[in-house]
Formats: sequence, C-alpha cells, structure tokens
Amino acid sequence: MLDVIVIGAGVMGAAVSRELSKYNLKVMVLDKENDVSNGTTKANSAIVHAGYDAKEGTLMAKYNVLGAAMYEELSKEIGAPYKKVGSYVLAFSEEEKKHIETLYERGIKNGVPELKLIGKDEILEKEPNINKNVVGALYAGTAGITGPWEFTIKLLENAALNGTEVLVDAEVVNIEKLESGYKVILKDGREFETKIVINAAGVYADKINDMVSKEHFDIHPRIGEYYVLDKVQGKLVNSVLFQCPTEMGKGVLVTRTVHGNIMVGPTAEDVEDRDYVGTTTHGLDDIRRQAAKTIENINYRDSIRNFTGIRAESSTGDFIIGEASDAKGFYNIAGTKSPGLSSAPAIGLDVANMIVEKLGATKKEVFKQNKPQIHFIELSPEEKAEVIKKDPRYGRIICRCESITEGEIVDVIHRMVGAKTVDGVKKRCRPGTGRCQGGFCGPRVQEILARELGKELNEIVLDKKGAYILTNETKISK
Amino acid sequence: MRYDLVVVGGGPAGLAAAIEAKKNGIESILVIERDKELGGILQQCIHNGFGLHEFKEQLTGPEYAGRFIEQLKEMNIEFKLDTMVLDVTPDKNVHAINSVDGYMLIEAKAVILAMGCRERTRGAIGIPGERPAGVFTAGAAQRFVNMEGYMVGKKVLILGSGDIGLIMARRMTLEGAEVKAVVELMPFSGGLARNIAQCLNDYNIPLYLSHTVIDIQGKERVEKVVIAKVDENRKPIPGTEKEYEVDTLLLSVGLIPENDISRATGVEIDGRTSGAVVNEMMETNIEGIFACGNVLHVHDLVDFVSAEARKAGKAAAKYIKGDMSTGDYVELKNGFGIGYTVPQKFRLNNVEKGLEVFMRVRNIYKNMVLQVRDGENVVFSIKKPHVAPGEMEKIIIPKAKLETIKGKEIVVELVGGDK
Ligand SMILES: Cc1cc2nc3c(=O)[nH]c(=O)nc-3n(C[C@H](O)[C@H](O)[C@H](O)COP(=O)(O)OP(=O)(O)OC[C@H]3O[C@@H](n4cnc5c(N)ncnc54)[C@H](O)[C@@H]3O)c2cc1C
Ligand SMILES: Cc1cc2nc3c(=O)[nH]c(=O)nc-3n(C[C@H](O)[C@H](O)[C@H](O)COP(=O)(O)OP(=O)(O)OC[C@H]3O[C@@H](n4cnc5c(N)ncnc54)[C@H](O)[C@@H]3O)c2cc1C
Repeated sequence: MLDVIVIGAGVMGAAVSRELSKYNLKVMVLDKENDVSNGTTKANSAIVHAGYDAKEGTLMAKYNVLGAAMYEELSKEIGAPYKKVGSYVLAFSEEEKKHIETLYERGIKNGVPELKLIGKDEILEKEPNINKNVVGALYAGTAGITGPWEFTIKLLENAALNGTEVLVDAEVVNIEKLESGYKVILKDGREFETKIVINAAGVYADKINDMVSKEHFDIHPRIGEYYVLDKVQGKLVNSVLFQCPTEMGKGVLVTRTVHGNIMVGPTAEDVEDRDYVGTTTHGLDDIRRQAAKTIENINYRDSIRNFTGIRAESSTGDFIIGEASDAKGFYNIAGTKSPGLSSAPAIGLDVANMIVEKLGATKKEVFKQNKPQIHFIELSPEEKAEVIKKDPRYGRIICRCESITEGEIVDVIHRMVGAKTVDGVKKRCRPGTGRCQGGFCGPRVQEILARELGKELNEIVLDKKGAYILTNETKISK
Repeated sequence: MRYDLVVVGGGPAGLAAAIEAKKNGIESILVIERDKELGGILQQCIHNGFGLHEFKEQLTGPEYAGRFIEQLKEMNIEFKLDTMVLDVTPDKNVHAINSVDGYMLIEAKAVILAMGCRERTRGAIGIPGERPAGVFTAGAAQRFVNMEGYMVGKKVLILGSGDIGLIMARRMTLEGAEVKAVVELMPFSGGLARNIAQCLNDYNIPLYLSHTVIDIQGKERVEKVVIAKVDENRKPIPGTEKEYEVDTLLLSVGLIPENDISRATGVEIDGRTSGAVVNEMMETNIEGIFACGNVLHVHDLVDFVSAEARKAGKAAAKYIKGDMSTGDYVELKNGFGIGYTVPQKFRLNNVEKGLEVFMRVRNIYKNMVLQVRDGENVVFSIKKPHVAPGEMEKIIIPKAKLETIKGKEIVVELVGGDK
C-alpha cells in the first residue's frame, strides 16, 4: 500500500510531492497526460504575484504572500528560473488612482512587504515605454517572474530523485473507499491502494472530489489568451505591468518573461470545454486593443506565438485546500486559479505538513538536490570551452534561435521525469521557443529523441498522445 | 586562430563570396557552416529551376550548390562544418563552437555575413485556433520530405502562394498526398507564373486569392482548417468561411533574414528589408563587416544571391588589401511604389562601371517607368511593363549618370502607367 497518491502533476501536485519526498513516505504522482506540467501550469502569465490582489482573510491572500516569499530561494534550490523584477499596477485616471490606493491598503493588510504608491514621473523613469497618460502606480517589489514549466518539472525531478514515483499516461477514472484508505483506479485498468489521496487535478478537481466527497463544488473553465513577442522586443518593459482591475478581472498585462521575451495578455472568457486551448480572432484583437492602454505601440509583427490557458474558477471563489470533512485522508488542492502559481510552494508545504502529521511520518536522513542543468548560452566563453571539452555534444547547437546544444537536449531526456516528446524537450530546455518556433530544430529534436529513446522517428509526438508529426516514409525512401 | 576573411554561412552566398575573395587575392579564408554540409537551403530544394542566369541551364538546388562547393574545394578554401558562429564582435573577432575544436576565438580582418534567412511561423502571423501537431512551415516540411524521407501528412492545405508554397504543393502531391488548396492573403500570388502553372494548374490544385486561414481545429493532430475571404483591409469577411478536413497545414508566409548575430554586433538593420543597411560594397555600418544573400534581403533567385555575394567577396578583398576608397555618401530614398532598395547608400569613388540596385515594389503595377531622380533631375529611367512584389527588380545605373548627381540623396520611384 502506498502512503500518498497525488492526482495531477501540475504545479500544485509538484509542490506538495516535493515536500512529501523529504519524508519516509511512499508517494506516487499520477497524471493523465503523457508529460507533467501539461495542464493549466503550462499556459499562464508566469507571474509570482506579490499578494495585494486577493481579499484579506482568503486562502488566496494567505498562500500568495507566503508563496511569493518562498520563490526565490526555492527556485535556486531546485534549479528553476526566477527573477524578482517587481510589478506595477498602473492608474490612468483619478478614479483608478483611488483603486490602487485600495489595493495598497489591502496589500498592507495581507502582509505584503515592499509596497509603494508612486507618481507619474517615477513610473515613467522606471518604465519609459508606457503610455504617457499614466498618473500613478502601485509598485510591488516582491513580485517576480518564473518559468512555470521548469519550476514544476524541477520540483517533480527533485521528488523523483528522492524516491517519488511519477506516472504519466495515468488517468484516474474512479476512487473507491477502502477500510483504511483508498483504491485509485486508472483508465487503463491499473489500480493502486493508498492511505492518502491528494486531489490536485486542476480544472478536473471537482470531478475527482465527486468520486470521494459529498462536499460538492464546481469548477468552471475560463480561458485567457496571450501573445508572446520576440526577444528583440525584450527591452520594452523591465517588470510586470498590470492595469487596474475591473469587474472583468485583472485586465491585460504586459510583462517580461524569465527568458527575455515579452508577453501580452490574458483575456478572460468563460467557456464550456475544459480542454479547449484555442486562440480566437476576437480574443487576440481584444488583447491588442486593451494592451494599448499600457503601451501604445507594441509591435505585434514581432509576435512569435499565441497561446491560451484555462483557469479553474471554483464556485466558492477561493482556493479549496485541505481534508474533506466527509472523507478522511482525502485532501483537496482545488479551485486553483490565479494566484495559484504564486501560492503553490506555500500550499505544497502546508498540505504536506498536514499529511506528515496525520501519518506521523519521519524526515529522511538524506535529501538529494537536483543535479545542476547546464544552460550553455548563459556560460562565459571559458566555461563553454570547458563544457564542450567534457562532452562534445555541447559543441553542437541544435536550436539556433535560443542556442540550445545537443548536450542539453540529451540531458533533459535522461533526467528524472525526462522528456519524451518534442514539446517535453522544449519545456525542459527551450529549443523551439525562439522566433522560428521549432521550424528548424523541431526535426532535429525529434531525431535525438528517437535515438535516445530507441524509437522510430515517426513514433515521436509533438506533445499529446496522438499528436503525431510524421505519417509515413516517402516513396523514395521505401 | 587568425584568418584574413571569415565567412559566416556556407550557403550559396557564403560560397560565392569566399570564392570571389580568393580570386581577388585573399589567401587566408575560413567559411563556417553550422549544418553538416555546405550548400545552405539549396540542399533541400531538389526541384529544378536553379542556375538559369548563372550557368544558363536548369539545375536542382543540390546541383547548383555542388558546382560552387567543388570550386571551393578546388581552390583549397578552408571550411568548417557542424560549426556554429555564436558571436561576431565589431573588431571582427568571431566566436564559434563545434564538437571537435570546442570553443574557438577567430581573429579576422574582415567578416562576411551570409547566414541566410528563416521562415515566418504561425505565431508571427497570429493564426487563431488550437495548437495541434500538423502545422509546418513549408521549409520544415520540405526538409522532412526531401532530406529525411518522411511524409508530414496526407490531406494538406497550404497558406501562402510564394514559390516555396507552390513547389511544396507539387511535391506533396507527387508523394501521394492530397493538396486541397493553396490559400493566399493577397489578391495576387507571390510566386513565379511558371510555378503556378507547373505546380498548381497541372495538378488541378485550386488557388484562393484574397483568402486566409481563420481557424485551426484538432486537439492532437490537425483535423480541420477553416478559411475565409478577406476584404481590402485583409480582414476576414463573415459568411465566406470554407472548411477543409485536412491533417496538415503548410505555411509559406514569408522569410525573415537571420540577423541575430548581426544585431548583437551592432550592425544597423533596415526595418524594411530586415537585413543590414549596406553601401555599394555590401559593407555594413561596421567597417570590414559585409553582408550578402538572404541575410541581407530575401531573394527569389539564387542566381542573384551568387552575383550579390561576389560583390561582397570582391569588396572584402579590397578592404583587406586597404584599397577601399572613401567618400561622401549619397542615400537612396524610396519613392512611390518602392518597398526597399539594396544598397541603401553609395559612395561614387567605389563604383566601377555602374551601381547595381536591387529593389522590391509594393504592389502589382503595369506600364510604369522606374526612375531615379536627384531633385528635379532624372538620373536614370527604364520602362517596366509589369512589376510585382514577388519578383525582385534590378537596375544598373551607369557611373556616368551617377556622376551627374549633385544632392545627398536620390529618389527611386515608379511613375506613370496603371497604378
Ligand atoms: C490565463 C491564466 C493566467 C494565470 N496567471 C497566473 C499568474 O500569473 N500567477 C499565478 O500565480 N497564477 C496564475 N494562474 C494560475 C495558475 O496557472 C494555476 O493556479 C496553476 O497552474 C494551477 O496548477 P494546478 O497544478 O492546480 O493545475 P494543472 O496545472 O492544471 O494541473 C492539474 C493536472 O491534473 C491532471 N489531471 C486532471 N484530471 C486528471 C485525472 N482524472 N487523472 C490524472 N490526472 C489528471 C491534469 O492533466 C493536469 O496536469 C493563471 C492561470 C491562467 C489560466
Ligand atoms: C524552399 C526554398 C525554395 C527555393 N526555390 C528556389 C528556386 O526554385 N530557384 C531559385 O533560384 N531559388 C530558390 N530559392 C532561393 C535560394 O535558395 C536562396 O535565395 C539561396 O539559397 C540563399 O542563399 P544564402 O546563402 O543567402 O542562404 P542559405 O542558403 O540559407 O545559406 C545560409 C547558410 O548559413 C548558415 N548559417 C546561418 N547562421 C549560421 C551561423 N551562426 N553559423 C554558421 N553557419 C550559419 C546556414 O546553415 C546556411 O547553410 C528557394 C529558397 C527556399 C527557402
């Protein structure tokens, strides 16, 4: 019997698993997708919010402030990118100025450090490209940017390194109550018995909850679309620029990404389908129109990608965290909309503590840290020379936009929770995230995957199962 | 390591430039190519139609490249394959890596940038819809089909009617795929008339002008692509949607010169060409750094690339030998109908017989006169019965005419005719 099964390998499942892996517990993480971090965690604004948005007293407020404070050190520990760049909520009218004052006060109540109301001149000095109509801003020094995939994958890698089993292609279709614990049943018929179940199933968390608990809540999906701009636009903003929130939500933001691109979005639109991650003409038009309020001339000709994320809006309006009252040993991490990413480290720690206490688990004597991952392009010429000398595969650039070497790609295929798909490689070391979007390196990444995994070229998929890239051999090669 | 000349890129531009520099007396030359072989994009273009100007015969891409590669080898010009240039400094130090030599710092007297271009992608043009597998740039698909020996789909729609899109329509058909249509945003095709005839008409593949893709459906692999007609502002017209059940969408929606390295070096980039601003010697704003081929501006014909590259090679040789003359610049301004010119400026002292100017027009025009004007004084003019954005124009302004120029700038423009 397992001690804990975590359903969902998004940032929430990852954060709690990694904390649990510090203890002498048998933990298994299950995800229905063929790779980890393929749900909401794959597509969002990637911002570590400071914590002034959520109403005081909510779990969102509590975990956001705690989580934001953990990010820098945790990212360093696991080897994930993070930059504490600060954020501004911009006010463009006297009315909006009042609003940012309210946010400021809320932030103070929530315990957010490094908050400051600043005037027009100061904000324009820090961010000279913003619309000159700005009248003031709320500055938050603890806001940061992260790489959500890398963060999640690194957490899971760390957990796996410490004995956690991570299973992909493992969709939970039912959970049965046992005398002491639960039986978790997968779509392919596999069954696992466990003392504890943690439900971190993102937009499907309500369905998982319904398998076990009568304390019903609903998740409804709300999509958000984005533009990603080329690094040549990277100097456009240095931090995160929010607009004043309206009834429609936080509005469109303009931000730098951890890898030096610019991201613009998201929209907010309620949808029916929990799996639909398409962009729409009206959504993309909306972003351009709304973003002009922040920066007038964003050059969308430098766009390199559009994408859509799905928020898990819960019927309770707040995160749902903790043991279900009518199902002992069943823990929810549900309703994980924004600021879920920011809150994940704190939620993970908290929920892990609840379970450790419940099971009376002891800490492991040795807790292993992730082996550092080489990011070739960030090295100095001397370091580059050194790395190639040790492993010549670092001397061959595969992704020319981002200068990613074969050595890095082979490494992420063979790491714990390694890449098996072209997008899996992209999430772990970024070939294909540049302006040619894999047009050049995609086939080469596919080749390396096939070689390293001992598969045929046409067995390698883009991201999901069924996302085949090649159909058949050509007439000549047959 | 030390060389007189380092050429970045071993495509047709890099090869021709290196050969020409050697012919002009430069002995110490290194060509650096990141691919496993020389020849650049031509290696994947197995159709014929290359070399009509250069060799007066129809060659395939690899054959055309092969002739230059042979010459390079015969002339004992050094080259390194599987080697990536990471950085070129303004004082012409070239940083490069490969798995054999490791990290290399190469000091050069002159550098020729010949890195070619890359394809615009779905993201660059913001096609809405889901993000399944099965959306390829035409060039990536071409590489799979022609070099790796794999097909990328069975039922195909192609967006973009430039030559690459057209040629892939035929290629996919010959490989047994069903190409449902080629869709073009503009009211005219960007490809050569002969390619429309030979690649579409011969196979009954319809071409929809003034249409675009408005949705891609499919969670895993492409299942459906929706197109619509567009109005004069290139906005889709509601009610004109057509749906295609296809598993593949090929994008042939433009090429962008690959100037990451140039930008980092400090080379001034022209927003219109997305390539360097160059003078009559193909020299960038940084002394001793030259650019040619598709990295400078996108060419339709490789023959033009080779010719342009020779100019760069010759100029680099001149520079290395200290024979370059200076002088005041005259700038070329784009007047009516002209999208860009290359070069963007020139110094009379360095012009031998005449100044060759490449340009693209903005629209299709008939019965126009292409003229170069210095204030009111028409320096040069030539009749143009038909010009189109898809076909690069070239003029040679004789030196004698250039000598009549008094101002600091001249205007290149189209006049008269049917606009
Ligand atoms: C547009 C948008 C912008 C956002 N911006 C921010 C931001 O800037 N800052 C911030 O802090 N937060 C942000 N968020 C919120 C943040 O992205 C989420 O809170 C977080 O990613 C949720 O993580 P998760 O692990 O709960 O969900 P997911 O990442 O969705 O993980 C759930 C996992 O469960 C798996 N699963 C589901 N059902 C089953 C099953 N039956 N069996 C097995 N596995 C299953 C899924 O495959 C998935 O991998 C944003 C969200 C969106 C949509
Ligand atoms: C699909 C397609 C079909 C075409 N069809 C025709 C046709 O039918 N007829 C015709 O006349 N023309 C055709 N052309 C045009 C012709 O092929 C191009 O004009 C020509 O190849 C451009 O030459 P180039 O040397 O500038 O660029 P490329 O051929 O792209 O060569 C650039 C080289 O530089 C290398 N490189 C880039 N960066 C680096 C770096 N940092 N370090 C080292 N090496 C680097 C690249 O690997 C590449 O080999 C076609 C082009 C394409 C793309």
